[in-house]
Amino acid sequence: MRLNRKALLGFVGAAALLGAAPAFAQAVSPQYTYLTFIVFAAIIGVTMFVTYLAAKRTKTAADFYAAGGGVSGLANGWAIAGDYLSAASFLGIAGLISLYGYDGFMYSVGWLVAYITVLLVIAEPARNIGKYTMGDILAFRNNPKVVKTFMAISTITVSTFYLTAQMVGGGVLVKTLIGIDYEISVAAVGVLMMAYVLFGGMVATTWVQIIKAILLVIASLVMVALVWGQYGFNLNGYLEAVVADPGIQAQVARMIGDASKNMSAAELGQRFLEPGLYFKAPIDQISLGMALVLGTAGLPHILMRFFTVPTAQQARKSVIWAMAIIGGFYVLTLFLGTGAAMKVGALQITAIDPGGNMAAPLLAQFLGGGKDSILGNLMLAFVAAVAFATIVAVVAGLVLAAASAMSHDIWVGVIKGDHATSEQELRAARISSVIVGAIAITIGILAKGQNVAHLVALAFAVAASANLPVILLTFYWKRCNTAGVVAGLVIGTLSAIALVLVSPNMTYPLQIKAAQEKIMKASDEKIAKLNADIPALTDAAAIEKAKKDLGIAEKAKAVAEARIKSLGGATTSLVGLTEPMFPLRNPGLISIPLGFLAVIIASLLYRDKRAEEMWDELYVRSNTGIGRAAAAAH
Amino acid sequence: MANQTLNWAAIDADPRFQELHAKKSRFLWGLMVFAVIYYFLLPIGAAYFPDLYKVRVFGVINFGLVFALSQFLVAWGIAFIYAKRAQQFDGMAEAIARDAQRIGGRK
Repeated sequence: MRLNRKALLGFVGAAALLGAAPAFAQAVSPQYTYLTFIVFAAIIGVTMFVTYLAAKRTKTAADFYAAGGGVSGLANGWAIAGDYLSAASFLGIAGLISLYGYDGFMYSVGWLVAYITVLLVIAEPARNIGKYTMGDILAFRNNPKVVKTFMAISTITVSTFYLTAQMVGGGVLVKTLIGIDYEISVAAVGVLMMAYVLFGGMVATTWVQIIKAILLVIASLVMVALVWGQYGFNLNGYLEAVVADPGIQAQVARMIGDASKNMSAAELGQRFLEPGLYFKAPIDQISLGMALVLGTAGLPHILMRFFTVPTAQQARKSVIWAMAIIGGFYVLTLFLGTGAAMKVGALQITAIDPGGNMAAPLLAQFLGGGKDSILGNLMLAFVAAVAFATIVAVVAGLVLAAASAMSHDIWVGVIKGDHATSEQELRAARISSVIVGAIAITIGILAKGQNVAHLVALAFAVAASANLPVILLTFYWKRCNTAGVVAGLVIGTLSAIALVLVSPNMTYPLQIKAAQEKIMKASDEKIAKLNADIPALTDAAAIEKAKKDLGIAEKAKAVAEARIKSLGGATTSLVGLTEPMFPLRNPGLISIPLGFLAVIIASLLYRDKRAEEMWDELYVRSNTGIGRAAAAAH
Repeated sequence: MANQTLNWAAIDADPRFQELHAKKSRFLWGLMVFAVIYYFLLPIGAAYFPDLYKVRVFGVINFGLVFALSQFLVAWGIAFIYAKRAQQFDGMAEAIARDAQRIGGRK
C-alpha cells in the first residue's frame, strides 16, 4: 500500500481539527482558550512533523514493526518511559499521594521494581531470540503455527484490556480537563494515534513516545522546582510544612473517623506520612505487587520495544535508562502529590475528580498564579496537553503491538505459512492497524461511563499469569515445549479473567443498594433532627450552620437515590452473582502460580523432541547473540 | 544463514560456555531473588509492622519514608551492578561467538 503525501496531509488536517477542538472548551476560563489552542497545536504539530519524516523512512515490514532495529539504547530508554508512564501513573499516582499520602508513594515503587525483572531476565534474551513479536520468541523451539496463534490471541487480549482503560480514561480526562465532549475526545485520540501508527509505524511511535516522555519530565521538574524550591529544597523542611498543613490534617481526620478524636493536629499531619490510609487489605496489595513485578516483563507493547535496538547491549542500556527516567519521575510525584494536597487541597481535587486524577493539573494552575492568571492557565494548558500526548503515545504503542500480532503472527506466520514479501507484510500490518484502531475507538465510545480502572490491573495480571511464564520458561527451561506454552497461555489468561469476573471489582447491585439505603436512612434521620432543631435556635450563626448541614444531608440523600436508580433494578453482577466469590481485587496471587504450573505440567506430560533439540541453539544464541535475527536486514 | 549449520550442542558443551552459563545464572538469579525479597518487604512490613514505619528517623521523616526511598536507590543500584558485571559476560560471550565456527564446526 503506497501512502502518498496527499493522504498524510488529509489525515493531518482531520487530526488537527479534532485535536484543536479542545481549544473551544469552557473549563479553562474563556479569555484564555487561545493558550490551550496554542499549546495543543504546537505539540500536535511537532508530532505530525516527526510522523511526516518517519513516513519517508518506513519502507519495509522491519521498519514498520521495529524501526529497522536502528534505535539507540538511550532513545529506546526514553521511548520505554513514554510507553510505560500512562495517564494512570502520571495522573493517578500523583492523585493517590495527594489524597492518601504515604500509601500512594508506596504504590509507585512496584512500577519501578518491575523493570528489574525486565532487565535481568527478559530484555537481552528477547533481543537475541526475537524479531518482531512475542510469537517469534515462542516459535523458535515450539510448533510455530500453534504457539503464534495462541500468543497472538493473548497479545491482543492484554493490549485490548489496556487499550480500553486508556481510551475511556483518556476520554474522561480530556473532558474533565478542557470540557469537550467525551466522544470527540476519544475520536481525537484515536485519529491522531492512527496517523502516527499508519504512516510512521514504529519510527513515528518511538519518537512520539520520546517527545511525550521529555515533555512529561520537563513539566514535572518545573512543578517540583516551584513547589519544593520554596523550602530551599530541604526534604525535612518541606515535609514539616506538609505535616503542619491544616487541609491535610483535616483530610486525615475525615479518613480515619473516630480514631482522630484523641489526636493532636501535629499527629494527624504526621499520619499522612504513615502507611494504612489507602491499602486496607495487605494480601491484595501483595497480589498486585506480583502482577506488576512479573507482568511488566510480559506486556507485549513493552517487550516489542526491545526489537527496535540492534544488540542485546543496547537493549540492556535502554532498560537502565528507562529505570533512571521512570524511577526519577516517581520520586518527583511524591512532591507533585503532597504539593497538590497542600496548595490545592483534597476537597478541591476530589470535587473535580473523586479518584484524585486532577491533582497534578490543578497544582500546575495554582503554581502559575491560579485560575485567573495567564501563567496559571498556560501551565494548566501545558499539563493538559502533556496528558493528552501521554494517552496518544501509550495508545499508539498498544495498537502497534496488537496489529503486529495480527499481521505478523496470524496472517504471515499462520495463514501464509511465513511466505509473504515485505511489501505484502507491510500492507497487512497497516490494514491490521486500521482494524485495531477502529476497534479501539468503538470500544472507547461504547464503554462510556463504565468503570474500567481495574482493566489496567487485569492487563498486568494476564501478562504476568500467561505471557511471562511461557516466555521465561522458553528461555530458561529445557523441557518447556508447545504443549506447555499452549496450556500456560490458556490457563493463565482464563484464570486471571475468571477471578476478576467474580471479584469485588465487579458491580454488585444488592450490596450497593444496601450501602446507599443506609446513607439515605442516616440522611433522613439527620434531616428530621435538623428540621426539629431549627425553630428552637435563636443564634443567627447557629441557624446558618444548621441550614447548611440540612443542605448537605439533602444532597447526600439525592446522590444515594440517584445511585440506586442507576442500578436499574439489576440484582446480580455481570456473571450473575450477588456478592464476590473471590475476595481479592487482584488475581495475581492465584493466577500467576497457576500459569507457571500449567506450563510445567503440560510440558512434562507431552514429550517434544524438537523443543529439546533446539534448546542448545536457543540457549547459546540467547547468551551470545550469535546469529541474531537482525531486524535491520533489508 | 551460515550459522544454522553450527553444532550448537558442541558450543553448549564447551567449557567456556559452561563457565559463562554458571557465572551468569548464579549472578542473575541471586540478584533477582534479592530484588524480589527486598521489594516485598515494603508492603508486607507496612501491613504487619506499621509501628516500625512510624518511627521518626530525622525530623518528621520516618522509617517508612526512608524504606520507600531506599527502594529507588536499591533498584538503581541493582541496575548499576548488573551493568558493570554484564560487561564481563559480554567479553566472555564475544570470545565464544568469535570461535563459534571452530568449536561448533560443521555438522
